[in-house]
Amino acid sequence: MAYYSSIYFRSQVRGPFDPGVPLPKSNLPRYQGAKAFSYWLGKIGDPQLGPIYLGWSGALSLAFGIIAIEIIGLNMWASVDWDPYAFVRNIAFLSLDPPPAKYGLNPLVPLGDGGWWILAGFFLTISILLWWVRSYTRARALGLGTHTSWAFASAIFLYLSLGLFRPILMGSWSEAVPFGIITHLNWTASVSVLYGNWYYNPFHMLSIVFLYGSTLLFAMHGGTILAVARFGGEREAEEIVDRGTAAERAGLFWRWTMGFNASYESIHRWAWWFAVLTTFTGAIGVLLTGTVVDNWYLWGVKHGIAPSYPSVYPDFPIPSGATPGAGQ
Amino acid sequence: MAMLSFERKYRVRGGTLVGGDLFDFWVGPFYVGFFGVTTLFFSLLGSLLIFYDISQGTETNIFAMSVNPPSIEYGLGLAPLDEGGIWQIVTICAVGAFTSWALREVEICRKLGIGWHVPIAFAVAIFAYVSLVVIRPLLLGAWGHGFPYGIMSHLDWVSNVGYQFLHFHYNPAHMLAVTFFFTTTMFLGLHAGVILGAVNPPKGEPVKYGETENAYFRDFIAYSVGPYGIHRLGLFFALNAGFWSAVCIIISGPFWDRGWPYFYDFFLQTPAAIGNISY
Repeated sequence: MAYYSSIYFRSQVRGPFDPGVPLPKSNLPRYQGAKAFSYWLGKIGDPQLGPIYLGWSGALSLAFGIIAIEIIGLNMWASVDWDPYAFVRNIAFLSLDPPPAKYGLNPLVPLGDGGWWILAGFFLTISILLWWVRSYTRARALGLGTHTSWAFASAIFLYLSLGLFRPILMGSWSEAVPFGIITHLNWTASVSVLYGNWYYNPFHMLSIVFLYGSTLLFAMHGGTILAVARFGGEREAEEIVDRGTAAERAGLFWRWTMGFNASYESIHRWAWWFAVLTTFTGAIGVLLTGTVVDNWYLWGVKHGIAPSYPSVYPDFPIPSGATPGAGQ
Repeated sequence: MAMLSFERKYRVRGGTLVGGDLFDFWVGPFYVGFFGVTTLFFSLLGSLLIFYDISQGTETNIFAMSVNPPSIEYGLGLAPLDEGGIWQIVTICAVGAFTSWALREVEICRKLGIGWHVPIAFAVAIFAYVSLVVIRPLLLGAWGHGFPYGIMSHLDWVSNVGYQFLHFHYNPAHMLAVTFFFTTTMFLGLHAGVILGAVNPPKGEPVKYGETENAYFRDFIAYSVGPYGIHRLGLFFALNAGFWSAVCIIISGPFWDRGWPYFYDFFLQTPAAIGNISY
């Protein structure tokens, strides 16, 4: 008898389209028009696409998100004199930058000098917050706990720390991240160096620990569940409330390996905290940079965690165009 | 005995790869096996050598303690014990201990009649470690290119090696690895959130199962990858994070010796870019 492969699906089960469990009467109906089966999605997961619940928060979130992307895209296109070929060729390098430092926190900046960045950021933030509302109301409508929403909130906290809270603490929009594929990476690279090497920022260290820890946990958890999938172990909620042989074997694997095992429920608590703390500690590291600590390397030397090297180069003045947004 | 209520019936003989019945027993909750013995040997020897090496120095700050690899001038040869030789033996012990641990996991999988997904996943992590301390030093021709074993010193090594390439963020394999790390963490947060939400519903609500988990993600983002799919996706992304991390350090030096930002200069040579880059 052929057994069910847990690495990929050799055969795909195509049941009838699942319209979803009933929603409360007060909700709008789901949009059942978004209905498809994908052979390629079925290679790794469920082949069914859709339905989707749009609702007010979803529709508004999409609208604001589209406005933000339009502002960013049209500004990028304008930056190459509306040449469609140059736009496509250089898309990775194009950017919508925050206002230069001279405007401080002034919200009324000329559009061409960073005002569009403020508007794009405003609409993107509204869009993301409405998407969060959606994550909350959808969970409540189905009678679920709102754990997903609070994990999402931790990621939003990092986003807001980078683009709103830290610029406010620093007193200048120019401290924020530009919208652009290569330019946001350049920003990340230069903010580390400008503030004396972020590797020595202890909250950056913690964030990396949780990032690697999350990846390790998912490898361990994903591997364990796939290994016991032959006993139905992927049905996690069922195994949590009524332990079966899959949960017993999964637990014993780790107990015999390292002397300790999580339960089917507690592994998800470990996972949730690791994922949440990745962005949360990262955000703390962002908020401390430039506000409390100007140079993380020197901070590390002072506190005995970084080695001090002999000074072999002459003093190097930071060029005036090196701060983000200042060189426009 | 440290045994769970249901554990006795799972404690069966057999499934060993090496040694037959010889080490087929448990100590407390731990399964031993032939590879448990080799794990113990390598990890004890390695730890004691680390303690010995540190005891020969004067460092008292635990963050600054470090077992350093030999100087580059020893090339691929053996160094004197107090000049990096200990690091070489510790590295052998580490690879031995990690490999033994993976094989012990295989034996445990065989005993429990479950898949080998975890030891295979662990093998990818071992590969990433071996890339740093064996493969790349071999390609560069000196053990001195391995990283030091110390709390802060290995971080200093990461920082220094990264900035030797001007900026490591521009390493394309590093970009891929970072993307996989971030995405894995996002998937983990979403998966953990929905499972905890299903079994910890609001007051008065019954516990929910798979069909509600599917409905949640379909309502939320129009697609639910499903209970099999999320674990497959998570494992795949986690392993790719480790794999591309290994690739990104192996190519740095042996296959690319300039700053990583220069890697993209090829774009400037293509017809796509000529006359279009204004910065």
